[in-house]
Amino acid sequence: MHRLAHALSASTDNTTVVSARAVIHGVEAICDPLGSLFLPETRTLVVSDLHLEKGSAFARRGMMLPPYDTLATLRVLEAAITRHDPRLVISLGDTFHDRVGSAAMPDTFRHMIAAMAMGREWVWINGNHDPDGACGLPGISLDEFRHAGLTFRHEPSRGEAAGEIAGHLHPAATVVRREKSVRRACFATDGKRLLMPAFGVTTGGLDLRHRAMTGLFDRARLVAHMLGRDRIYSVRFTNLIG
Amino acid sequence: MIRSKVNRAEIAGAVDFSFAGFDLPLFSVNRIDSPRPQGDALTLPAPFLRWFGEKGWQPRAHQLELLARAEAGESTLLIAPTGAGKTLAGFLPSLVDLTRRGKIPPGSAFRGIHTLYLSPLKALAVDIERNLMKPVDEMGLPVRVENRTGDTPQGKRQRQKLNPPDILLTTPEQLALLLANGEAERFFRDLRYVVFDELHSLVTSKRGHLLSLGLARLRRLAPSLQTIGLSATVADPMDLQRWLAPQAPDAEAHAGLVTIKGGARPEITILRTDERVPWAGHSARYAIADVYTAIKAHGTTLLFVNTRSQAELLFQELWTINDDNLPIALHHGSLDVAQRRKVEAAMSENRLRAVVATSTLDLGIDWGDVDLVVHVGAPKGASRLAQRIGRANHRMDEPSKAILVPANRFEVMECQAALDANYIGAQDTPPVGKGALDVLAQHVLGMACAAPFDPLSLYEEIISASPYATLAWETFERVIDFVATGGYALKTYERYARIRKTKEGLYRVSNPLVAQQYRLNVGTIVESPMLNVRLVKRNQRGSLGRGGMSLGKVEEYFLEMLSQGDTFLFSGKVLRFEGIRENECLVSQAFSFDPKVPSYAGGKFPLSTYLAEQVRKMLADPARRASLPEQVRDWLSLQNDVSMLPREDELLIETFPRGSRHYMVIYAFEGRLAHQTLGMLLTRRLDRAGLKPLGFVATDYSLAVWALDDLGATFQLRPKALADLFDEDMLGDDLEAWLNESFLLKRTFRNCAVIAGLIDQRHPGKEKSGRQVTVSADLIYDVLRAHEPDHLLLEATRNDAASGLLDIGRLGDMLKRIKGHITHRRLDRISPLAVPVMLEIGKEAVQGEAQDFLLSEAADDLINEAMGAEPL
Repeated sequence: MHRLAHALSASTDNTTVVSARAVIHGVEAICDPLGSLFLPETRTLVVSDLHLEKGSAFARRGMMLPPYDTLATLRVLEAAITRHDPRLVISLGDTFHDRVGSAAMPDTFRHMIAAMAMGREWVWINGNHDPDGACGLPGISLDEFRHAGLTFRHEPSRGEAAGEIAGHLHPAATVVRREKSVRRACFATDGKRLLMPAFGVTTGGLDLRHRAMTGLFDRARLVAHMLGRDRIYSVRFTNLIG
Repeated sequence: MIRSKVNRAEIAGAVDFSFAGFDLPLFSVNRIDSPRPQGDALTLPAPFLRWFGEKGWQPRAHQLELLARAEAGESTLLIAPTGAGKTLAGFLPSLVDLTRRGKIPPGSAFRGIHTLYLSPLKALAVDIERNLMKPVDEMGLPVRVENRTGDTPQGKRQRQKLNPPDILLTTPEQLALLLANGEAERFFRDLRYVVFDELHSLVTSKRGHLLSLGLARLRRLAPSLQTIGLSATVADPMDLQRWLAPQAPDAEAHAGLVTIKGGARPEITILRTDERVPWAGHSARYAIADVYTAIKAHGTTLLFVNTRSQAELLFQELWTINDDNLPIALHHGSLDVAQRRKVEAAMSENRLRAVVATSTLDLGIDWGDVDLVVHVGAPKGASRLAQRIGRANHRMDEPSKAILVPANRFEVMECQAALDANYIGAQDTPPVGKGALDVLAQHVLGMACAAPFDPLSLYEEIISASPYATLAWETFERVIDFVATGGYALKTYERYARIRKTKEGLYRVSNPLVAQQYRLNVGTIVESPMLNVRLVKRNQRGSLGRGGMSLGKVEEYFLEMLSQGDTFLFSGKVLRFEGIRENECLVSQAFSFDPKVPSYAGGKFPLSTYLAEQVRKMLADPARRASLPEQVRDWLSLQNDVSMLPREDELLIETFPRGSRHYMVIYAFEGRLAHQTLGMLLTRRLDRAGLKPLGFVATDYSLAVWALDDLGATFQLRPKALADLFDEDMLGDDLEAWLNESFLLKRTFRNCAVIAGLIDQRHPGKEKSGRQVTVSADLIYDVLRAHEPDHLLLEATRNDAASGLLDIGRLGDMLKRIKGHITHRRLDRISPLAVPVMLEIGKEAVQGEAQDFLLSEAADDLINEAMGAEPL
């Protein structure tokens, strides 16, 4: 987990970070290796699918996953906010792993988020895991948000969707070279629409070739911006398997 | 349907030892620990005597011995070679006891099962029922025999609980489920005998650990029960004898031992061929014509190989030259069940001339008349070879016949070593090993599901199982903590605890959901995610049709590196990858004989320590080398001229330049896994020493490392640098550092996490449609390692890695052995002994052997170079 390792070793911040520049429906966006998207013109930071309190959601159902995921994810978020100092933060849904997550989250984490939100605006988009909004956190909860010429929603809409930034599917891409494969979470965009990678540290990915992705992109123009430790690797969809 | 050994005699029309264990003319007791009085205890009940009389048979000495010991209250291990029909012999004490007891009048009080039979294979349990019923019916014994497997219908399961049979035949997983049930106490309280079949194969795995814990619980429920273990020949019978007996903290207990020696000596030969035996590779293509000739000369031949891809290749090659259209079939674990059953049926009806098979056939399922066993590739272990050859001894008065086909020159030596071992009866089965903690966690949860437990008394019960005899109380407490709330230092899950302590100090499950979850995840066999392979046709417009035949299953990670149009070998066919639809991999017929992508081919078994030692001895001893074929002798004597042949306890290291790189070849003979670990550690150390290592490749016999810097010059200048490089301390920090980033460890972690119940087992067909909602074990591993490196599951993972995937234990032994015995030869070019490992360079560890034929041209260049100017 590169982002986790990065967030845990705060001292390595002097390394050069290589982000990727993308243009979505005419809006400039920076894909960051931490998994956040930054819109420089409006200083907006977008993250998606944090799945906070995933460990405790599973524990409630008898699977005792490590209780460290919320802290680990929030540390990465802190790193992203420190890096970009955004005016507005958009969390693109599934911020919490389930409905009760935002209410049940321990206060220490609540305070961490409050500290991050100081002096900024915050929009929580409702996701399918957390449709009831964020409970007791600064900012507002919305189903959908139009801003800076783009549309922010959790689930990508079917059909034509110029300027849509969405999450939900947790895109990941697999590169095959010399019969070895490497798989990473990625930003996926064809210039019209952009799908965000999942930001939560214990959230897996879904391959771009999965049928849930079909019809969302013009595959000839589709690029996967894959998350590496300190840089983004941008690979055309048609070129993933060499 | 699969037939057992028992039916085979009937098919053969030979002596009917249909109750096989009862009458094996050539088998006799040859070793008895303590002679027992042959008195009244040995008188068989009347129906048995009458039955034996009618058949004209005599009960055999070992059967009476087993019976006498059982009647005297002793637990016993019966060791007999494969094919000796020992399975049914194990039932004699039960049948005699049940006959003495007589019929139970209707309306009697509830009576639990009398005998429990445990088999590693579901099919075996089902088969035994049929074969046991024959003598039971013929003698008219008042005995009810039933099986219980995953396929047993719900109604029958319920009925079995209300009205248990006398003898229940089942598997370790079903036993765990029965024990985790609230009615276990009632069900098992009258248990007299527990019979473990194929014990040698059960005990060395986590399945065996789980079963040992189950046995400990059975003993608590029925303190007077006795065990009977049935096993093939093993290296250390005492390991199994201890396993069968309850251990006490201060004294060691063990079951008695009865050993049956094999019948006629097997006739094993190494294939003599006029063809050139290759220097490297695993395909044994050179021998196909000779193998085919052998098949033609025998009635039925069983061909064993070590991996699925070898099986595929051999099968394809045989059919390429099968001008007589002999019925030759393929059988391996990834093929569709229906297809496998078809092959098994055809085989037992003697409709096939040959079957190419992998280890799926190692265990006691019968294959009808087998006249010849051909082992293609080295057997990797002496005991494994003996067990496989045992498949052919269908007529006890005739010797089994087997041909070993080494795939390369090192394998010639290995085959020779295995053959020698077979004749001197040497064994190299692995030891039982220490009980795994993930298995213990699963068992503890199961016990809580059965009834609230007192931790101290459960601890005492657990340490009576031999794999867990040395378990510390503190570790047990950590396991309980893990089962309850995940065992984290950060205590945030108390309110979600799966088991809770009551006021009386007992642990009980907190809700019924926990028990349900336990039942879904019981067992220790963790499947790697597999996708069904379905053969479809393209229609005229080029789109894919629906339906089509299912060919079997293939690992998900293999498919991830395929793109549409790639061809690969599976199920004996060259297939074209079309895509993945839902949970299926769609393929079409490729109409080609040349698959593009090699199928997964990692060698399944590492070379056993025993055989490795024998190969080292052979290299060191000119007298033993004399028995090798001429080609191999020439190769070795050339090596002796150019470089040297190492003494038995000497570690030979050669360095030489080639191209723009400098190579170091280490002849350690410790098996591929240990070599891989050694390679990882050496490259770390070389890197730190500034010698710029670039990569390494490992085989079962040696390890090659290459670097930009001249390693040979460095070692010649400073011999101490070489000794330091191989110092045992590499198993300290270097190992730790490497382990932390190793993907192998992640795979091991996933298995441990599933077995321990941290994450759910994936059930085929029940997966959620989108995989993003499932939990990724890799991500959990990363989070856990970052926040709690001493967690119980990480400990379990490291323990597994040390003995399994990384073979650290073996590497440690080697580093100790070679200390002060390292010999460095600095050469100006590649040596003959180095050729095999050098030919592996460029292949990835997981692909390996299937690329052999692609490399054959390159191979010839290297060989020429090694031989000097001499052209081949």
